[in-house]
Amino acid sequence: MKNQIQLVLKEKIRDVQGEKIRLSAADFLGIATGKVKTGKIFNIRYDLSRKEIEKFTNLGLKDEIIHDSYINSFYQNPGFRSFVQVAKMPGVTDDEGISAQKTLIDILDLDLDVTTQHIYTEDIYLFENELSDPELKELAEQQLGNKLIHHFEYGKYKGMVDYIPEVKIAYDNSVKIISLELEDEKLLKLSKDMLLSLNLEEMLVIKAHFADKKVQKYRAEKCLSAEPTDCELEILAQTWSEHCKHKEFSAIIKYINKETGEEKTIDSLFKTYIRRSTEIIRERLKKAGNNWLLKIFTDNAGVVKIDDESVFVWKVETHNSPSAIDPYGGAITGILGNNRDPLGTGIGGAKLLFNTNVLCFGSPFYAKKLLPGQLHPRRIMEGVRHGIEDGGNKSGIPTVNGSIIFDDRYSGKPLVYCGTGGVMPYTLNDMNSWLKPIDAGDLIIMAGGRVGKDGIHGATFSSAEIDENSPQSAVQIGSPITQKLLGDFMQEAVKKGLIKSSTDNGAGGLSSSVGELATISGGAIVNLEKVPLKYANLKPWEIFISESQERMTFVVTKDKKGELYQLANMREIELSDIGVFTDDGFIDVRFENKSVAYLDMEFLHEGVPRKYMEAVWEKPELCEPELPADLDYNDVLTKLMGSLNICSRENVIRQYDHEVKGKTTIKPLMGPNGKAPQDAAVMRLNFNGFTGVAVSNGIIPRYSDIDAYQMSAGAFDEAIRQIIAVGGKLTDPEDTSNRFWTVNDNFCVPDSLYDPVENPDGKLKLAKLVQMNQALFDMSTFYNIPMTSGKDSMKNDFKAGDIKISVPPTILYSMVAKLDDIRKTVTSDFKADGDLIYQIGKTYDELGASEFYRLFDELGANVPKVRKEDSKRIYDKVIEANQQNLIESNHDISDGGLAVALTESAFGGGFSAETNLEKFENLTLNAILFAESHSRFVCSIKPEIQKEFEKIFGEDAKFLGKVTSNQCLIVKSKNEELIDIEVDKLKQSWEGGLENSPPNLSL
Amino acid sequence: MTKRGELGEAGSFCLFLFVAKKKEIMKKVKALVITGFGINCEEEMAAAYKLAGAEAEIYHLNDIFNGITSIHDFDILNFPGGFSFGDDLGSGKVLANKMKYKKMDSGKTLLEEIKIFLKNGKFILGICNGFQFLVKMGLLPNNKGNFDQEVTLTRNNSAKYEDRWIFLKKNPNCKTPFLKDIDVIPCPVRHGEGKLIIKDEATKAVVKKQNLNAFSYCDAEGNITSKYSLNPNGADLDCAALTDPSGQVLGMMPHPEAFLSLYNHPNWGQLKRQNPNISEDGDGLKIFKNIVEYINRQEREGAK
Repeated sequence: MKNQIQLVLKEKIRDVQGEKIRLSAADFLGIATGKVKTGKIFNIRYDLSRKEIEKFTNLGLKDEIIHDSYINSFYQNPGFRSFVQVAKMPGVTDDEGISAQKTLIDILDLDLDVTTQHIYTEDIYLFENELSDPELKELAEQQLGNKLIHHFEYGKYKGMVDYIPEVKIAYDNSVKIISLELEDEKLLKLSKDMLLSLNLEEMLVIKAHFADKKVQKYRAEKCLSAEPTDCELEILAQTWSEHCKHKEFSAIIKYINKETGEEKTIDSLFKTYIRRSTEIIRERLKKAGNNWLLKIFTDNAGVVKIDDESVFVWKVETHNSPSAIDPYGGAITGILGNNRDPLGTGIGGAKLLFNTNVLCFGSPFYAKKLLPGQLHPRRIMEGVRHGIEDGGNKSGIPTVNGSIIFDDRYSGKPLVYCGTGGVMPYTLNDMNSWLKPIDAGDLIIMAGGRVGKDGIHGATFSSAEIDENSPQSAVQIGSPITQKLLGDFMQEAVKKGLIKSSTDNGAGGLSSSVGELATISGGAIVNLEKVPLKYANLKPWEIFISESQERMTFVVTKDKKGELYQLANMREIELSDIGVFTDDGFIDVRFENKSVAYLDMEFLHEGVPRKYMEAVWEKPELCEPELPADLDYNDVLTKLMGSLNICSRENVIRQYDHEVKGKTTIKPLMGPNGKAPQDAAVMRLNFNGFTGVAVSNGIIPRYSDIDAYQMSAGAFDEAIRQIIAVGGKLTDPEDTSNRFWTVNDNFCVPDSLYDPVENPDGKLKLAKLVQMNQALFDMSTFYNIPMTSGKDSMKNDFKAGDIKISVPPTILYSMVAKLDDIRKTVTSDFKADGDLIYQIGKTYDELGASEFYRLFDELGANVPKVRKEDSKRIYDKVIEANQQNLIESNHDISDGGLAVALTESAFGGGFSAETNLEKFENLTLNAILFAESHSRFVCSIKPEIQKEFEKIFGEDAKFLGKVTSNQCLIVKSKNEELIDIEVDKLKQSWEGGLENSPPNLSL
Repeated sequence: MTKRGELGEAGSFCLFLFVAKKKEIMKKVKALVITGFGINCEEEMAAAYKLAGAEAEIYHLNDIFNGITSIHDFDILNFPGGFSFGDDLGSGKVLANKMKYKKMDSGKTLLEEIKIFLKNGKFILGICNGFQFLVKMGLLPNNKGNFDQEVTLTRNNSAKYEDRWIFLKKNPNCKTPFLKDIDVIPCPVRHGEGKLIIKDEATKAVVKKQNLNAFSYCDAEGNITSKYSLNPNGADLDCAALTDPSGQVLGMMPHPEAFLSLYNHPNWGQLKRQNPNISEDGDGLKIFKNIVEYINRQEREGAK
């Protein structure tokens, strides 16, 4: 028994989605569709009477003001000649179907199963023009859906097409025993065939483990096979994946610096630089008696103290590979997955305060032929943007800021950094909220979404290069609504003391979440038949490593189980009691009382062999370019404002909700017309106080082409100066007000493992990674800003045949600092006519890798250097000036240099400026205007406080001129007029950068 | 011995009596804020009422269905913004269906209880997604008094979700107590489905005649406009908010609860510079203060 319901808009209702499709089909695909009509189809597999279906349609689905509905018949109109119908493939998340099921039981008052899929939704698009099958196929695959997750029907429109994406899997829950008694080559082949992503050395260690007499003895006693089961190999592969074990960051590295002659062995980048720098800071804080660093590196997210009532918890990570093949799904699961990290820290249930996202794409105007499996950067950008929109907006978490970087080396693999901050009470039922106690006998309770095949091999897949045959199960679509309900439930449950600890189910699924939690108690027993499934007949190992989304694992004491279930029932959350924690040192996985995996926890977590890698640094031969002597600076500045890395992101920003929760006080765009881009976001923490946090992101990948150390140090400085610009104060171990600063470091690098054929410059790439780490250590310990969490993504290469597109070595520092009073913060836009404009900080001859040089397609050699002692002196002065409320506007100088920052502050406030560069000495005009030297700001002050201001800054601030209400922005050098152009023209160029055709790069 | 500054047991007791008595006289207005199923603006909504001097309690919708609390214990029923059920089947639709058709433990539907609530002279506010439920439940504009759905809120003409600040002009003839003494206020909109479509011309005429279009999109000077992006969605009558003929129910797409503080405003920097003595309250708070004061006054007058 089945029924189909079709909803289409009434003739008189404007089909805005159809119009959008018509326009973008013409713009991006060159297909003239004519008028487009959109519709929705519901395929209903419940056994319902005609009367029930009618009632459901009329009351439940149809909006009578705008819809016409058709039951088991279809909309017909000879004015539409062709169609595309987009259905989800079997097992793909169909939230609309699930919501329809829920409303069906509300309306018909029936007791039906709504936890598995019985209503399947499809989208239908009708086109006025008679399009050919190849055109329809292109429309379907390029614009209306993604062939990895959608099933398409297309052709001449005659009526509805019958397609039901039901999952049908043959019953086979057998456990395979896999022999490792193989030659090396075959072992490696086995790893590849099973998608384990384990190398030969690792396979040999596993082989040796199972051949060990002691292991064989206890396996025999437990009546287990001597050889590993499929589930055991899968668990090992998942736990030992680069994604989970960070093998390259833990590797022993031989580092040779040919520039200095230095040679050394680095015993783990993570321990030597990242963990060590943070430990040094913790020691300093402890010594001073002000330890606000509560938890680092040991949980899903780091935790710092806000005050005696609350703690701040946050995490930033990447979701690059999935976003390359399904941008929407990749980004939305990235956001939701990252949300679960703070949610699953300590006892769990943090209130999520904000999201921040940094994205790296190829140019939206990318014109090279696409490789097999490669999506156009514009499509990736639009999909990722949409994923972030839904992931944030539908979860009610404001996306408070972010950044988009364009470079064609991201056209293979985009980088999608997702960050989330949250707040937990300091104590929950007399326990410190960030602790994660687990004892033998505690129950393992899974909550949230059901388990399907989705995401199987996600952890191992992200550690491998993408190719045209990437497995379809790597694609998942997140369900923000499922997770929102789960998060709300957790907040209630932890407050009532019903959850002892929690963690998220991310990459590696239960294998990862239970596996990691079990290290706390010392073991676990899991009964896989108790895990609720989306559809029948998953194999046991699939259930254990599936990465189906929106799931959390709770640790619950037996006495609280009843009450927890009762609350879950009231909140319509599905819980399943799937096992128990033990302390015998083993992870014991069973299916219908048969053992499917029995692994020694020590081997599982400590057995992975160390990697050995080589790094060699050789300084590139670079020189400064010769540019034309008579540049038209009006033209240069106009082009720079419209260039990809500088131009406005307003269209993207406005599609994110950046102010839900009502606490965002510095948003991405401010000023009288909402056009002034800001340096850091600011949020207050509650409604009856003004304590807040500032959030910033430092990322400058293009500098790594010249100097990876300076790129990393510069990104760190950028993140700091953005927070200083809005009014943040640097921290100090002696400070007693818990003025925390915290960083998430996120490395995204190309494959840096040397291979003479596959990766001949691997040693150089690794040397760059080493230098990025050295800079991290130097900056972090200098400023006492610790890494509280972070992540590394090591294989950001896209391969098709012999062609490889590798990302430049990239690091993102995401920074959060506590603010005493958000009312004292400063925005970037000029505030009043007649205010005086200054540059704070010093400009050097540093145009290397600048956006200015990029206009000429040049790299140069003089990359901006961080001079941290000077920077700190300058920052301390800005802080002092802010304490006296002397600064009216402040904008950090970065991409495009002084000229760009000045222009943004001017039009941002609805003003203009008249300036003179006479105070700058011994520098070329190009450097003064466009160098990207660090630790600088453009600020404005009231004329009447000029003396106080200059007294504080002395030589560290240079007078530039005045804010005006004139039409033109004027920049002179002594008597020579360099720039005299209408601010509106600059603004227009800035606003159109992503929409217009690419700027003429040759000038 | 009692130290100075402490009241001691007897003193505390007296204070307790005093507070209790005062409470009886000045019974605080009680606002119920609904959450659950993807609603996500409940905290700022509750904060708005607290800042306006009322008590505010947040309850999951199922707590009302299960009889854990009753809407009748409150003066104002609030449906905040969010993405209930992910906006599947159209914004607000699934939750509206639940309230219209699902039987509560009491045997009634929530809509039936709401009708009684309104008969008792109480107030309802829906914002964004909350406005969408109210419309789809037939509570707004309810110009015929029969709770039929007469209008809907659907996709913006831009076909985009957008977060931007706009200006609202109050219909001077609209009598709802929520909007007393308001003329033009700025507010953020954050929606993808905020375009009001009114069923037909006749209904449009009634809405206008009865002044049910409470707020219209306008420019900074208060001139009503259909120009994008001042009017962010292309709504019929440029309408941003509706009230019912009694003025007891108000629904609006923009978010006054996201403008409780001056510092929510994207141009607070210049506003403060232009007027150093500017109030640190946001203009959105006025709507909540209005209704709380109105109910207080009603009660005072009732007590007389």
